[in-house]
Amino acid sequence: MKVPLSWLREYVDLPAVTAQEVADRLTAAGLKLEAIHSHGHEIKNVVVGRVLEFEELTGFKKPIRHCKVEVGEATPREIICGATNFSEGAVVPVALPGAVLPGGFEIGSRKTYGRLSDGMICSEAELGIAESSPGILLLPQDTPIGADVVELLGLRDDVLELEVATDRGYALSIRGVAREAAIAFGVPFRDPAASEAESGGGESWPASIADPTACDRFVLRTVTGFDPAAESPLWMRVRLARAGMRSVSLAVDITNYVMLELGQPLHAFDRSRLSGPIVVRRARPGETLETLDHVVRTLHEEDILITDDSGPISMAGTMGGLHTEISETSTDIVIEAAHFSATGIARESRRHNLVSEASKRFERGVDRELPLAASWRAVQLLVELGGAVADPGVTHAQVEVSPVRITIPADHPSRVAGVPYERESVIRRLEQIGCVVTEGAAPAATAGHGVAATGVLASGDLADRLAVHGDDLITVTPPTWRPDLTDPNDLAEEVIRLEGYDRIPSVLPPAPAGGGLTEAQRLRRRVGRALAHAGYVEVLAYPFMGPRDLDNLLLPEQDPRRQATRLVNPLSEDEPYMRTTLLPGLLKTLVRNVGRGFADVALFESGLVYRPEPQAPATAPVLPVDRRPTEEELAAIETALPRQPLRVAVVLAGEFERSGWWGEGRQASWADAVEAARTVARAAGVELGVRADQHEPWHPGRCAALTVTDAETGEPVLAGHAGELHPRVVEAYGLPPRTCAMELELSLLSPAGPVQTPAVSAYPVATQDVALTVAASTPVAEVEAALRAGAGELLESIRLFDVYTGPQVGEGNKSLAYTLRFRAADRTLTVEETTAARDAAVALAAERTGAQLRGA
Amino acid sequence: MSNTYDPVEVTPLHADEVARAQADALAAIAAARDLDDLKQARLAHAGDRSPIALANREIGALPPAARAEAGKRIGAARKAIGEALAARQAELEAERDARVLIEETVDVTLPWDRAPRGARHPLTTLQERIADAFVAMGYEVAEGPELEGEWFNFDALNIAPDHPARSDHDTFFVESVDSGKVLRTQTSPVQIRALLSRPLPVYVVSPGKTFRTDELDATHTPVFHQVEGLAVDKGLTMAHLKGTLDRFAEVMFGAGITTRFRPHYFPFTEPSAELDLRCFVCRGSSAVPGNPPCRTCKSEGWIEWGGCGMVNPRVLLACGVDPAVYSGFAFGMGVERTLMFRHNAEDMRDMVEGDIRFTLPFGMEV
Repeated sequence: MKVPLSWLREYVDLPAVTAQEVADRLTAAGLKLEAIHSHGHEIKNVVVGRVLEFEELTGFKKPIRHCKVEVGEATPREIICGATNFSEGAVVPVALPGAVLPGGFEIGSRKTYGRLSDGMICSEAELGIAESSPGILLLPQDTPIGADVVELLGLRDDVLELEVATDRGYALSIRGVAREAAIAFGVPFRDPAASEAESGGGESWPASIADPTACDRFVLRTVTGFDPAAESPLWMRVRLARAGMRSVSLAVDITNYVMLELGQPLHAFDRSRLSGPIVVRRARPGETLETLDHVVRTLHEEDILITDDSGPISMAGTMGGLHTEISETSTDIVIEAAHFSATGIARESRRHNLVSEASKRFERGVDRELPLAASWRAVQLLVELGGAVADPGVTHAQVEVSPVRITIPADHPSRVAGVPYERESVIRRLEQIGCVVTEGAAPAATAGHGVAATGVLASGDLADRLAVHGDDLITVTPPTWRPDLTDPNDLAEEVIRLEGYDRIPSVLPPAPAGGGLTEAQRLRRRVGRALAHAGYVEVLAYPFMGPRDLDNLLLPEQDPRRQATRLVNPLSEDEPYMRTTLLPGLLKTLVRNVGRGFADVALFESGLVYRPEPQAPATAPVLPVDRRPTEEELAAIETALPRQPLRVAVVLAGEFERSGWWGEGRQASWADAVEAARTVARAAGVELGVRADQHEPWHPGRCAALTVTDAETGEPVLAGHAGELHPRVVEAYGLPPRTCAMELELSLLSPAGPVQTPAVSAYPVATQDVALTVAASTPVAEVEAALRAGAGELLESIRLFDVYTGPQVGEGNKSLAYTLRFRAADRTLTVEETTAARDAAVALAAERTGAQLRGA
Repeated sequence: MSNTYDPVEVTPLHADEVARAQADALAAIAAARDLDDLKQARLAHAGDRSPIALANREIGALPPAARAEAGKRIGAARKAIGEALAARQAELEAERDARVLIEETVDVTLPWDRAPRGARHPLTTLQERIADAFVAMGYEVAEGPELEGEWFNFDALNIAPDHPARSDHDTFFVESVDSGKVLRTQTSPVQIRALLSRPLPVYVVSPGKTFRTDELDATHTPVFHQVEGLAVDKGLTMAHLKGTLDRFAEVMFGAGITTRFRPHYFPFTEPSAELDLRCFVCRGSSAVPGNPPCRTCKSEGWIEWGGCGMVNPRVLLACGVDPAVYSGFAFGMGVERTLMFRHNAEDMRDMVEGDIRFTLPFGMEV
């Protein structure tokens, strides 16, 4: 809302303070300053002049006039002017030499078109009144010559641009802001809607409300003999422009002016285009209306319409119809001022994607008592400025409503704020905003409005449960311009904000007995730190992906990662899905970094993936809000939501250990990816199983399946994959060759419990080396598992220190060299004992994997 | 005991022989050019098989009358050799220290960046720091799904279907506009989940990812992060809300940095306030005319930080909490915004693009 201070001062006696001070007080009251727009302060030395005579200069590309202009000085000035919209005797604004125009534009005496120009005749644009103007500004003939134009036209003004919260419809008007300003400065407020509206005579045009849920007040007034050629006066155009509205025509400007001043949207019909009585009703199937913007709209059955015998003539509170619009020939005008359902207008505006100044106000709540006064104000202006004659009648259709009443203990605001307010202050503040306050209780009535105020859900029962009990009750009837005041806490807020939020003290509540972070929360932090310490940089990619990612990753037709949740309105049509894997975002980020000159990149991300269950219901119910939902109702939402497990993934390319003056580095490999998984598992305190697998998008020969042991069954559970990516994936994403990746479901990695303290033996270690020959295809993990199991509990550790393939072990074989370390808790082991343990280890490896002891 | 002695056996004890052995030893010690040479000389002239050591063994073969003198002679020789060894040892060590260790000098300024360097994203670590501030005040960290039921994200928070506040949230709809599922537009639905699942009183903080259909630019990102706080207990007031946020501001920005409330509207709180943070750079001084301007707060003295208020009793009712017994407060702020002014980050695009140059300097914690 843009509020010219000059307009505000018409209705409130503001002290002599700066615009900033006014804005500060309004901000503190909840009307937040967005910006102050200063106008006209820099303009100086522009006076009213009269063109005595002019000479048309010829020989130039455009007509040029050399004028003699009287400016209240001894002699007229000679001024060159390029405009032609004036005749001799015209009264015009003249910038004298030394004048400054908006933007700091300075005017001097200069030679142009072969003549001296001793100043400039100004247009509206040059004076900062309009965006553009076709010619110079013509002033009324009786304007005093030599007068200061800035003073005369009120060009010097500050406009406060205020942010109006969605519950404060009343503040989308000069009237509403003036009321707040008056309270903030403790000065009187003159209500612009208070003037006595004429309401005698008969109906001005027959009208009725067919749907009382759509509209509870509908007022029409008529003027005749309006001069369609009449122009909007300059002061009105200036105000409209400063308030951010374009001047259209006098009739339209008047409806906008009254709307800005009072907050009541108005609509003007050309009476000659109306046929038969007007009815306010909902749309019928198949009805259409061509609106002002020349769009033929198919109406929805819930749309609220103004209709006559011809059918729809206007979409209520949203946009008028083209056929009944005021035109350049309209002389008889019907002004509509109504109170529509806020919800109804909100939906209508959203359905048709039509946001207008009117719809913005209606959906935020308009004063139900305004239509008579606002329509009367418009009629007065049409008479005064457009030469019209007011028709004595007024049409006033309405639905009876009972006012909202709220009973609260007088100390309720104090209890909400934690500040002791005087009882008198509470009542005074409520009265200042227009409430009627009476002593004692009255039955709560929050469902009183004929048409529902936006967002009001109160039934009688809900009002009872929201009621605040206590002693010293007062009953508050909010004013009609505050449909947002429905609950006890709404009243508390009014008192607290007007007493000042800065009065609220800072008090720490007693600390609750919290349990700290959960195990899962600690784990997530440990994993992040472990991967960062291991050399990975964290990214937070957008969790979206597209069909192309699914193909780039070579996912087979039946792969569950293809079962993705689709967004209705994605950011990009290329990425309409919620990710089912972390890899696309990471791979694209890797490519971006490589593209920016970083060949060696290792990245990780930890975040949710979204895995819809195929059998899940398509919709999640929207539950009632006047009570706690049942467990079944809540479960119905949960089952409709996709599973959202937490995952962690890494991608890496280039050198993982850098080359340098010390020698060659090491390229990132499948082993680093698997090690990243082990890093995560170690942080989780979980043993990770690794076996060969073939799983897209990984290289079929360099892909590890990662498993964890199910705590209950003891069975391995697949938790993720790691390895080198498939060369076709590398190509599809434009990745560096041999890019590697790991993805692990962190939700599956939960430690069994606290770590059990190991017994640290002080007895000496006994070491035995063995070299085993196995088939080259035998996984090392299986050999090691067999050695471990066979060696028994004397085994302290086992380490593979060499892998050899070559002629000495035969074609298709490999040799694995292990160091086995044995130690007992209670004695020094004998050679016989360690040899027996080693032999048992080798025997089990032989049995399970066919391993042969080399040299045996 | 032998009364006779073998003259051949005692030859080494002759004064001449001892003097020669000593002279040989001293010559060899003097001739040693380095510590290895000296080690050889020590072995040859002072070791177990050296002439002096062998001579020493023969003392017992001398008649008792001769033993004392021979012993004295040998002792003097050994002392001389020992002293010469020690002196030469010291000389050679000094020489080595002066020469060899200098020869072994390396350039310790050589880089050693073999191992890759990693870092955590500052938005992650900032969320952790914020959570820690509240955990220290006794709060617990609550979580909820990012793809959320519409009821949790809107209705239960008193944002009715046609309320303008709902269309203020540029919502990503999931599957269809009436599926009842959305990408959560705020972390506030976690409030509802916390109230439905936890025993009262409830004190929780919930950082997390949120979504709105804004275009990515320097100050907007469609995927962003918020931190939400909720306290529901008996007798909580706006003064407690103010106290909590003032403490939080101090923990994050330093002593003396407080907050300011401005009236605002949020459907899920009533009364509601916008939350400003005292500018931690100029501490408000730039707002006073005549003082130097401040870039961080644009000389307003305050920085917009988030929103807060007393939990709307309607929200409590939707969660089955009796507003006649319990009251609560809630607050929320943007993590990206907090990072921007706490760390002078100027462009939100840097936070989403994943360029390692942006993230690396933040290390493990912010």
